[in-house]
Amino acid sequence: MNQLIQSDLFLILPEIFVLSMAMVVLMTDLFIKPSQRWIIFALSQLTLLGGAYLTGQNFSHETQFAFSNMFVRDGLADFLKMMSYVGTSLIFFYSRSYMKDRNLYRGEYFALVLFALLGMMIMISSHNMLLVYMGLELLSLCLYSLTALDRDNQKATESAIKYFVLGALASGLLLYGMSMIYGATSSLDLNVISTSLLNHPTDHAILILGLVFVVAGLAFKLGAVPFQMWVPDVYEGSPSSIAMLISSVPKLAAFAITVRILAEGLQSMMVDWKQMMLIMAVLSIGIGNITAIAQTNIKRMYAYSTISHIGFILFGLMSGTLNGYASSLFYVVSYMFMTLVSFGILMMMSRKNFECETLEDFKGLNKRNPWYAFLMLITMLSMAGIPPTVGFYAKFMVLQAAFDAGFAMFVVYAVMMALVGMFYYMRIVKLMYFDEPKLKSKLDVSMDMQWILWANALALLFVGLVPHRFMDATAQAVALSLH
Amino acid sequence: MNLTHILSFSIWTPIFLGGLILLLSGKMSDTQAKWFSLISSLISFLITIPLYTAFDFSFGQFQFQEFFHWIPAFHINYHLGVDGFAVPLILLTSFTTVIVVMASWRSIKDRVAQYMAAFLIMSGLLIGVFSALDAMLYYIFWEAMLIPMFLVIGIWGGPNRIYATIKFFLYTVLGSLLMLVAFIYLYLQTHSFEVVNFYNAGLGLYSQILIFLAFFMAFAVKIPMWPLHTWLPDAHVEAPTGGSVVLAAVMLKLGAYSFMRFAMPIAPDAAIYLKDFMVTLSLIAILYIALIALVQKDMKKLIAYSSISHMGFVTLGLFMFNSIGVEGAYIQMISHGFISAAMFLSVGVLYDRLHTREIADYGGVMHAMPTFTAFAVFFAMANCGLPGTSGFVGEFMVIMSAMQNNFWIALIAASSLIFGAAYSLWMVKRVFYGAPRNQKISALKDISWREFSILSILAVLIIIVGVYPKIITDMTNATTVQFLEHMQLIKPITSLPMDV
Repeated sequence: MNQLIQSDLFLILPEIFVLSMAMVVLMTDLFIKPSQRWIIFALSQLTLLGGAYLTGQNFSHETQFAFSNMFVRDGLADFLKMMSYVGTSLIFFYSRSYMKDRNLYRGEYFALVLFALLGMMIMISSHNMLLVYMGLELLSLCLYSLTALDRDNQKATESAIKYFVLGALASGLLLYGMSMIYGATSSLDLNVISTSLLNHPTDHAILILGLVFVVAGLAFKLGAVPFQMWVPDVYEGSPSSIAMLISSVPKLAAFAITVRILAEGLQSMMVDWKQMMLIMAVLSIGIGNITAIAQTNIKRMYAYSTISHIGFILFGLMSGTLNGYASSLFYVVSYMFMTLVSFGILMMMSRKNFECETLEDFKGLNKRNPWYAFLMLITMLSMAGIPPTVGFYAKFMVLQAAFDAGFAMFVVYAVMMALVGMFYYMRIVKLMYFDEPKLKSKLDVSMDMQWILWANALALLFVGLVPHRFMDATAQAVALSLH
Repeated sequence: MNLTHILSFSIWTPIFLGGLILLLSGKMSDTQAKWFSLISSLISFLITIPLYTAFDFSFGQFQFQEFFHWIPAFHINYHLGVDGFAVPLILLTSFTTVIVVMASWRSIKDRVAQYMAAFLIMSGLLIGVFSALDAMLYYIFWEAMLIPMFLVIGIWGGPNRIYATIKFFLYTVLGSLLMLVAFIYLYLQTHSFEVVNFYNAGLGLYSQILIFLAFFMAFAVKIPMWPLHTWLPDAHVEAPTGGSVVLAAVMLKLGAYSFMRFAMPIAPDAAIYLKDFMVTLSLIAILYIALIALVQKDMKKLIAYSSISHMGFVTLGLFMFNSIGVEGAYIQMISHGFISAAMFLSVGVLYDRLHTREIADYGGVMHAMPTFTAFAVFFAMANCGLPGTSGFVGEFMVIMSAMQNNFWIALIAASSLIFGAAYSLWMVKRVFYGAPRNQKISALKDISWREFSILSILAVLIIIVGVYPKIITDMTNATTVQFLEHMQLIKPITSLPMDV
């Protein structure tokens, strides 16, 4: 028994490490002067490094369960966790000077982000609906309070309340759906649910009702139409660094629980959830892209662009094949990196007392800082899905999987909507390259941020030129974990 | 000299040198950037010469092939190779880049290094499009090439440049996204992106028609065929001279080349089945667009419409499915590359001096610029198909092939020669002859040695191809025979048996 517990603990070592370090960060902050905040920054980065080491050291190629099948560690989980560490680390780098300028560079920011990361790690590894819910709530509560971190800002508090109320509603929906599935299958364990659905087809009506609620809850967390209302408001209201967090890494975790619940637990109900996914994907791609055209606030534009990207991710999921899941995984990870650069540049252009928020602020960037305009160009091309950037392969893989699964007409539709999307991405290119700048001054950017931005943006281009390793990694992660 | 990687060198040398110019742009003066670009474009041109000298023209297959696995997960390979259809266009591309760099010597004053770099990078990507034998590689070059052109028109273009460049971009991408869907379909059928495997995919007529239409959307926008042509006049009018030259001389050829490389051999039954449709669109382009050209007030717009009309001959020739038609179409492509480049450069010469392109603003230019007028009249003559110039050969061959098919098609196509003469010569009359319109025109300086050398090179090439078109038909002959054999593997179908 003792040994059992030991091996269980060994499997969740990264989580334990992140948890304890988050507490250390929280405590350390009490004992240092504001001028010594770099210690907190270093500790947080160290946490991510340590987590990456612990995950990488035992990088799982086979599925291992812990705590009576509550917790799973497999290729998918480890891959997503690794990507989450990288993403979170980039967020810390990008937000450093931005948060300093706004007097938000405080210990609780780092602690909350680390706790949110812990929530995501739990979601990624959960194999039981209860644990899914726990991880989700840990993540969501951190995000609600992070949104309101700038508490004297009216917009931020308003959007935090909005986010909290709607988020709580969605969690309720998810919980309600889970309870119905529990009622029908008398288990919350995804393995048990999947086998009992396969062996004893039970009352279909209750299961479908439960499924609808679960899908609605998941769609809310992902931000898919028709559960997208919170996305633009929260992006606009919260500080850019928090909007960056909300839009990037948690999508990996949301993707993980969606795959685990739908593709693993409720696999035998694929016919039903495929239809729901299809409707949501079609609506998200359409509404996201078309509404984004009308935005003048760049954060709102990013929000609608996120919605359309989520539509593409659902497109891969609804294929219901390993190929489709792998393409969605590829999409969601490359989406995270694209979003990080796009927000990173936004924060780089903001200064003390100046928030880079409207499209106008990008005017003539090429005349001010041609190289940053170039980085933004790569990012926008990648978001629009123009080769040779990684965004192209993401779209290509998803479309190819959907085509293979027999959704040919919807592929044509998605392609046409991608064309609509290209318009507003290219509009940013137009503003940067063809218009005259309002301000002539060059941007003053710290050295570390410059290097990280360069590395991140060039990675979009480089992975676009040699994508096969990344493709193999995602395909392998999916093939090892889902059967 | 080892020629195994000649294609890779042809593609990546200009891209690398262009990138180098971008990197050094902060440290170089404009003059240095210009010389560096000129030398780079000359090097890139010289590298492509062995493609011609070492090519075995008696052999229609792909040569200089390079192959390695690029993305094994999707069977995407870095596969290059050229046949007789690709080599002349590659040479045309690298040659045009030299011309563009020389032509932009004085007219571009803002961000010179970036401008030159954009053209060098574009030339590499264009060569990539012409030599890719893997559909995904082709698609990547095809899309990537849009970006420099988008920036060239948008940054250095005229007053309405943003409208024009976004229209250009969206039109082109609309077509190419549908082409991507067709590629995905073909990939799922053949489990490969190899063009050669696509040729032998053995598809039913119904799927062939869908694929052909998807390709049609991509390539007809590029050629451009009526009614998808409306982006071209806007793009030409707003683009700087160099942009217009590349657009007319090389980019329009991409569409026709891709018909020969993809749409027709992959979907041969559909191509034959939709022959009447394509011929009708070509005839509308030839005749109707020529009439539109007649009433233009802007010189660049007039040449743009005349380009569309001339490209109509290319599609007409291709869809006659006989060797004289295909070779005529090919000569027309090359000849249009020279003539339209020369015409746009001539407009550029005038625009650099007076900053207007309105025909009505000119008159009597001959008195001030006699040498230039000689060139301009010659190019206008070539444009309307004067025997002895390259313009005559292509059009004549296409009309002959049409005559073999159907007298009326030939008659309609031939009648456009009259309209061609009308709009070209009428423009020449209004711009160059008569008394000088105002003081500014009588004070014009004749062309410099730089402009003289550019225009005379083009004039010589136009005459060479016009007098001795065998230069080009020798290159394309074997490939044409093979192309037509492939197209006729399957007998023409007259009724439509639907199969899914």
